[in-house]
Amino acid sequence: MAERQFNLVCFETLKFGDQSHTYETYRKIGGYDVWEKVLRGELTRDAIIDEMKKSGIRGRGGAGFPTGVKMSFMPRTAPMQKYLVCNSDESEPGTCHDRDILRYNPHALVEGLALESYAIGATVAYNYIRGEFMAEPIPRFEAALKEAYAAGLLGKNIRGSGIDQDIHTFVGAGAYICGEETALLESLEGKQGKPRFKPPFPANFGLYGAPTTINNTQSVASIPTILRKGAQWFADLGVKGSGGTAIFSMSGHVEKPGNYELPLGIPFPELLAIAGGMLGGRKLKAVIPGGSSCPVIPAEKMMTLTMDFDTVKAAGSGLGTCATIVMDETTCMVKTLRRLARFYHAESCGQCTPCREGTGWLHRVLTRIIDGKGTKADIDMLVDVANKIEGHTICALGDAAAWPVQSFIKHFRHEFEYMVEHKGRSIVDDAPQVAA
Amino acid sequence: MSTPAPTAPPPPAPPPPAGPSSTNQDVVNVEVNGIALKARKGQMIIEVTDQAEIYVPRFCYHPKLSIAANCRMCLVEVEKAPKPLPACATPVAEGMKIFTRSKRAISAQKATMEFLLINHPLDCPICDQGGECELQDLAMGFGRGVSRYTERKRIVKDKNLGPLVSTDMTRCIHCTRCVRFGAEVAGIQELGANFRSDRSEIGTYIEKSVDHELSGNIIDLCPVGALNNKPYRYSARAWEMIAKPLVSPHDCAGSNLDAHVLRGRLRRVVPRDNEAINESWLSDRDRFSCHAVYGADRLQKPRIKQGGAWVEVSWQDALTAAVGALRKATEGGGASGLGTLVSPSATLEEAYLLQRITRHLGSDNIDYRLRQRDFRDQSGDARAPLLGCSLADLDTRQGILVVGSNLRMEVPIVAHRVRKAARKGASVAFVNPAAYEYHFKPAAYVTAPPDALAANLAAVLAAAASGAGTQVPAHLARAVEGVAVTDAHRAAAQALTRKPALVLLGQIAQRHPQYADIRALAAGLAAVTGATLGYLSEGANAAGAALAGATPHRGPGGQAVARSGFDARGMLETARNAYLLFGIEPTKDLAEGEAALPALRGAAVVAFTAFVSAELEDVADVLLPIGTFAETAGTFVNAEGRWQSFDAAADAVGESRAGWRVLRVLGNELELPNCEYRTPSDVVADLERELGDARHLAPGDAQYKGSFAASGRAASVDAAALDVPIYAIDALVRRSEPLQETVLGQGRAPI
Repeated sequence: MAERQFNLVCFETLKFGDQSHTYETYRKIGGYDVWEKVLRGELTRDAIIDEMKKSGIRGRGGAGFPTGVKMSFMPRTAPMQKYLVCNSDESEPGTCHDRDILRYNPHALVEGLALESYAIGATVAYNYIRGEFMAEPIPRFEAALKEAYAAGLLGKNIRGSGIDQDIHTFVGAGAYICGEETALLESLEGKQGKPRFKPPFPANFGLYGAPTTINNTQSVASIPTILRKGAQWFADLGVKGSGGTAIFSMSGHVEKPGNYELPLGIPFPELLAIAGGMLGGRKLKAVIPGGSSCPVIPAEKMMTLTMDFDTVKAAGSGLGTCATIVMDETTCMVKTLRRLARFYHAESCGQCTPCREGTGWLHRVLTRIIDGKGTKADIDMLVDVANKIEGHTICALGDAAAWPVQSFIKHFRHEFEYMVEHKGRSIVDDAPQVAA
Repeated sequence: MSTPAPTAPPPPAPPPPAGPSSTNQDVVNVEVNGIALKARKGQMIIEVTDQAEIYVPRFCYHPKLSIAANCRMCLVEVEKAPKPLPACATPVAEGMKIFTRSKRAISAQKATMEFLLINHPLDCPICDQGGECELQDLAMGFGRGVSRYTERKRIVKDKNLGPLVSTDMTRCIHCTRCVRFGAEVAGIQELGANFRSDRSEIGTYIEKSVDHELSGNIIDLCPVGALNNKPYRYSARAWEMIAKPLVSPHDCAGSNLDAHVLRGRLRRVVPRDNEAINESWLSDRDRFSCHAVYGADRLQKPRIKQGGAWVEVSWQDALTAAVGALRKATEGGGASGLGTLVSPSATLEEAYLLQRITRHLGSDNIDYRLRQRDFRDQSGDARAPLLGCSLADLDTRQGILVVGSNLRMEVPIVAHRVRKAARKGASVAFVNPAAYEYHFKPAAYVTAPPDALAANLAAVLAAAASGAGTQVPAHLARAVEGVAVTDAHRAAAQALTRKPALVLLGQIAQRHPQYADIRALAAGLAAVTGATLGYLSEGANAAGAALAGATPHRGPGGQAVARSGFDARGMLETARNAYLLFGIEPTKDLAEGEAALPALRGAAVVAFTAFVSAELEDVADVLLPIGTFAETAGTFVNAEGRWQSFDAAADAVGESRAGWRVLRVLGNELELPNCEYRTPSDVVADLERELGDARHLAPGDAQYKGSFAASGRAASVDAAALDVPIYAIDALVRRSEPLQETVLGQGRAPI
């Protein structure tokens, strides 16, 4: 196995240790060179979007939509204010890479925002940052913004180029749903974070009704490196259909949990080994490969997969945010699912019926099963309720709540049946040998 | 009339054409359940299916509100779509194949119904909404017989939203119609969705009542029994009552309503849809005034005053007493000894009969303009005080200047339409004696001290004339001399440069002691800018009363009279021998009510009234019980000149009789010729014969043709008397307990 290179894109400055986040450090790796090219008029909007399309980068926020294609949806020449919004409301359980970009390489995001804004014809960009990031990520990003303004890289008619670019920070109040792009826009407008029905899509009717593009932090922070090193370089890092690197947030039962920036398409066993292998050398039971909303994949299947969008999708799940939640043989799948259901119950915005009523229903039935009062019929009903939420809601939170239920019961039905039959006792406590 | 300078911003693009067949480009072909349909591009599926009478179940969708797509009841199958789509929020596209009853559609609809029902209480037997509940109805079609849900149901604490709307929030299905109504129609979002997930609650956030003058509409909008009619609560079942069409008796909009009647007794009032007038809405005044109809102070039997004491007598004796008093007052040619004051909310028939009787007795002293103070220029009156355009056309005015009006309190439905126009981009300006809240951004708001209302209007006129590069009409030259024109005046004048434009004279202006000046200036402003002049008249039938000739200077249809009688003010300033009072309480319904009492006390007073009150007992000699709006057949002519006839909805109370019937008998007793009317339509037919062509009124027939030389000088004004509170305008609303208990009724800070 070839020696893996780490930290090629968003984490490139990490090699400078505790100075990774400063303006000087960022300049050392060639930071802001591309933006200065734009300011000198040496890089056109179309060229940027073309490069982004060629790079094969897909959105790192969960849906995996090609970033360059999304940029091209904007009516760039429409004579109205347009906006770029960066989604730093990182709230998918298991995911923590945007936090570390904000902490360790905020200038990549600042430059990325400037470049993408310019490309889509926006002059104002907002970075919507998760409220819980108040301690370190937000001050780091704010400081980077200040440095960029001080260096004359942002503002009005920057360096006489005729280009205006302002970037503002907005701090969310801690709702999972505000990570959904239209709920985020509502929240940014000062309203309750409730997703909008689409169409119209944000590219036509976004922030304050103006054309808006919304991208994930990691997607935006990758832009400067892609433009600096070339689309082909980036695409070649990854595999077909999944260009470049991604930051895998490894969590759960691994020896060295953390963020690992690695090429997409890396085999899962290798990724697991990089994260130090299974905690205490225990046996792998299952993995949620893309943040808590993605369907769970049992160990045997998972060990055969490479970590890229198409492979994981074909395996019946999704690469989502590349947040990989690893569960070992001691994990009770019923209790794990109940914990996830509780999360979606609490975080449903309450707007549309199936999600508002259904998430609570799922949570309550699972709690009842754990309390030893479940029946076999409950298990089928859970799947039926999940099926009736899935695809019936305004936003994807309904799907996100349904998929874990469907997949946990599909792959680990015996654990649910065991608990029902044994009045709330978990199979992992009673019979660990059959649990896996 | 001069052409105004083209300085106005261009009007916004006209709304998309309404008809499905405007141009071929706009038409798309769709197929619903195998039936080929044509639809307008951009229409939502549910609009197309509704037009084709293909029912798609829904809760959150309401044609008058924005699309929320949150209830998910209207999910339908669309060919090639991976998921069922909400019919309310999915625009049609060429070749779209829609299935509203396919297995997939029905499965999605049933799923939503199950989710809606798991936390909905099974309290239909004690729920006022039972029988008219959208959830109950749809549960019959899409619900299961037995629930699979065995967990604890959610309960939600009820809110106290004030005296009008009761709450059972556990029943709420979170469709947010009430929330959107506040945000979009009322203009102030009094209700909102608090909290998240299934802990989501509709409420006011900080506990407070819901105070907007249209707030009662959330009762109709609520598809379930969460928001209900508080005063009506538990008093009848929907299916026991009979709905009878009536017309609002309180304002000049003439809102259409249905009276729900249980065994002859009026139980509640709900709006009757009429796109041309009130759309689906009803003001709280129209909805809740009916709760005064059966008050303890209803006059049940005729009474006469004998030796200073009131005795109940038969109708015959009462009428004999009335005839005696009237004959005595007018005998010997002392015709001007009689004065007749008629409520502007009396029906057309009643006003016509009153003027016939009064003039039969040789008197022209009759008036419906009870709160007017300045009659100097009454010869300049139009045939009827009309709005200047139809109610529906208010929505599309581009420039509106409201002069002297607490618009929302005077005619809530008109205020709603003006707000609609403003929201669509119209420039709406105000010249008012106080800063009233309208929940939109006015193009200009001139707050003029009441005594300087005319002067400020003159300043707007001066600004308009200089903006248009013309002279003010000669008769107004003196009024604009030396007035100080500010930016606010110019902005107000600017609003009228956008066409079509309307100058609306409100009730405060009409009650103003300088009304003649104000009207002449407003008319001058309309002339200079090319706008139309309109009036917001008092009561439900001011236009009808004017047409019927219930005025001292004109007979039916505006025919000149030989010699003008005394107007409402004059006939009290110079005491008459006798008075006929029809549907009024002097101190509350007359401009200078207290000052009128001595004249009334000294005269023989025959009062037609539904209610007895201390002041009527004080001044009257004969009290004749008549029916309220619900117990009387008749006709109201609204501010757009629309004649609306209705039948009596409820049984008479006690021995009270419909006013027109009592007047007919009184006419017979007074030997009024040709007074053998058997029905109100006989009366109307008689009036129509007399009116001839004058029968037909267009809303714009209100143009002022006079040339009153306005002065524009300040005049001392009792400002407080000009603005009559919304729930004090007539005897019925003054007695409605729920209305009196509201924030507006209590006179606390308006919203």
